[in-house]
Amino acid sequence: MKILNCPINGPRPVQEFVFGGELREMPDPDAATDAEWTDYVYNRNGSPGPRREWWYHLASGTWFIAERDTGTNDVKKTYLYGDEIRDEVEHG
Amino acid sequence: MPYRLIKYGLSSKHPDKRMFREPSGLKESYEAVIIGAGGHGLAAAYYLARDYGITDVAVLEKGYIGAGGTGRNTAIIRSNYLTPEGVRFYDESIRLFKDLSNDFDLNLFYSERGHFTLAHSDSSIRTMRWRAEVNKHMGVDSEYVEPEDVKAACPPIDLTCGGDAPIMGALYHPPGAIARHDAVAWGYGAGADERGVEIHQGTEVTGIDVKSDRVVGVRTNKGYVKTEKVLSAVAGWTPSIADMVGLRTPLTVRPLQACVTEPLKPFLDKIMVSGSLHVYVSQSSRGELVMGGSTDPYELNSMRSTLEFAEGLSGHMLDLFPFLSNVKILRVWAGLCDMTPDFAPIMGRTPVDGFYIDAGWGTWGFKATPVSGKTMAQTVATDKEPELIDAFRLSRFEDLELTGEKGAASVGH
Ligand SMILES: Cc1cc2nc3c(=O)[nH]c(=O)nc-3n(C[C@H](O)[C@H](O)[C@H](O)COP(=O)(O)OP(=O)(O)OC[C@H]3O[C@@H](n4cnc5c(N)ncnc54)[C@H](O)[C@@H]3O)c2cc1C
Repeated sequence: MKILNCPINGPRPVQEFVFGGELREMPDPDAATDAEWTDYVYNRNGSPGPRREWWYHLASGTWFIAERDTGTNDVKKTYLYGDEIRDEVEHG
Repeated sequence: MPYRLIKYGLSSKHPDKRMFREPSGLKESYEAVIIGAGGHGLAAAYYLARDYGITDVAVLEKGYIGAGGTGRNTAIIRSNYLTPEGVRFYDESIRLFKDLSNDFDLNLFYSERGHFTLAHSDSSIRTMRWRAEVNKHMGVDSEYVEPEDVKAACPPIDLTCGGDAPIMGALYHPPGAIARHDAVAWGYGAGADERGVEIHQGTEVTGIDVKSDRVVGVRTNKGYVKTEKVLSAVAGWTPSIADMVGLRTPLTVRPLQACVTEPLKPFLDKIMVSGSLHVYVSQSSRGELVMGGSTDPYELNSMRSTLEFAEGLSGHMLDLFPFLSNVKILRVWAGLCDMTPDFAPIMGRTPVDGFYIDAGWGTWGFKATPVSGKTMAQTVATDKEPELIDAFRLSRFEDLELTGEKGAASVGH
C-alpha cells in the first residue's frame, strides 16, 4: 500500500495518514464486568486477515474507516463512519 | 578461540559433521512440542534436554531455522532497561550469553562494544538519569554522560545533529554488545539435536487440539502428533497460534525494518542509539553499518520493506554522521514484531493446560534468547514459572499489573 483513498480528499500518499487501530465495539462501562473491560482495553485481534480500521488524514483532519487485510496490506474500501456502520457496531 | 577453528584451518577436507540431523518424519507422539525454530524455541529445547533430561521433543518450524526475527535482528544485547524486572531479566541473559561460545564450541562473535542512548531533550535526559540510577542500583554498569563524552568515544558524530535537535547527554552502558544472531540459533539447535531433540523444518503447525481446556495434540502440514505440552515460540506469528487455542492476547504485529551499507573502514566501535531521531547504528566486523529505526507506522503481518523507511532512516543518520552522504545502502529487510502494550514480553503458563507462551518479543527479543530459553524450559518441565519471569505473565493484563518498560523503549532494541 502506497496510496490510501481519503473519503473526502481522494487518493493521497500513505505518509499523510495516521493509523488509528481496529474498529472495535466498546462494552457499556457500567454494565461490563472487570474481565470484559480489561479484554476491551488490552486485547486485540493481531492475526493476519481482513479488518475494519480507523485511519486519520493528517492534512485535513479526517477520521475514517478503511477495510484492509493485515496479511496482504490490500485496502478494499474506505468510507466515513456513518449511521449504518454505527448501528452495526453498536448493536451487533 | 574455539580449537575447532584451528583444526578446520589445517584440514584438507571438511572436518565437521552437519549441525542438524534431518529426521525422516514425525513420530506419533512427543512429550513436548515446540512451535518455532527461532532462537527462543531452540534455546528452550536445548535447556529442556540439557537441564531436565527431556529429549522426547519435536521443534516444528514452518520455514527454516532462524527464518523469523532470529535471522533478521540487528543483534544488540544490553541490560540497561528501565524497570527492575526488566533489568534483572536481561542481565541474566547477558550472563548466560558469555558462556555460550564455549558451551556450544561455536564462535558467536560476541563483541562487547559499549552502548550509547543519546538524549536530545530535557525529558529524555531525565529518563536516561532514571535508567542509570535503576541500573546502578541493580548492579548493572550504566551511567549518565555528557555530550563531550559522546564525542570522545565517537569523534565523527555531529553533536549538533544539523542544528535541530542537538545531543544534550546520553546513557552509556559499557556491556552493550552485538553477536552473530544465526550462530546463537545454530548453537542451541545443534546442542538440542545432539541430545536427541528432533528439529523438523518445513513443518507448519495448522491447528492445536484442546480437550476440556487441555492440549492433546498438534496438527501440521506433515500430519498429526499427540502431545500434552506445547510451547509456542513464534514471536511475530503468535496471534495466529493463540487463535488456535482460543487465547486472547494484547499482541499486535508490526514490521520492523533494518538495512546495511557497503563496508567502510572501521570508525565506529560503539553502538549508537537515538530514540528522538528513531535510528540506531553499529558497525559490523566486516565494516558494514547495520542500521535500523522504529517499527512501521501501522499494523501489518508481512515482511516487505519500504522506500519510506530507507529515506527516513538515511535522513536521520545524516543528522548524526553527515559524512555518510555518499555511502550506499546494500540491503533492506523486515521482520515481524509482536508488540505488547507495555513493551515487556509475555511468558509462562496460560489458561489452557499444557499450552505455554513465549511471546511479546517485539523489537527486543534477540538479547533475551538464552534467558527465555532457560526460564521457559523450567516452566514447561516443572509446570511452574521461575520468579524471574513472574512479572511477564499473560494475566497481568487482567490484573492491571502491567510493567512500566514502555517509557524507555522508543527505539527499544
Ligand atoms: C529488523 C529487526 C531488528 C531487531 N533488532 C533487535 C536487536 O537489536 N536486539 C534484540 O534484542 N532484538 C531485536 N529484534 C527482535 C528479535 O529479532 C526478536 O524478538 C527475536 O528474534 C524473536 O525470536 P524468536 O525465537 O522468539 O522468534 P523468531 O526468530 O521470529 O522465530 C519464530 C519462528 O516460528 C516459525 N513459525 C511461525 N509460525 C509457525 C507455524 N504455524 N508453524 C511452525 N513454525 C512457525 C517462524 O517461521 C519462525 O522461524 C529485532 C527484530 C527485527 C525484525
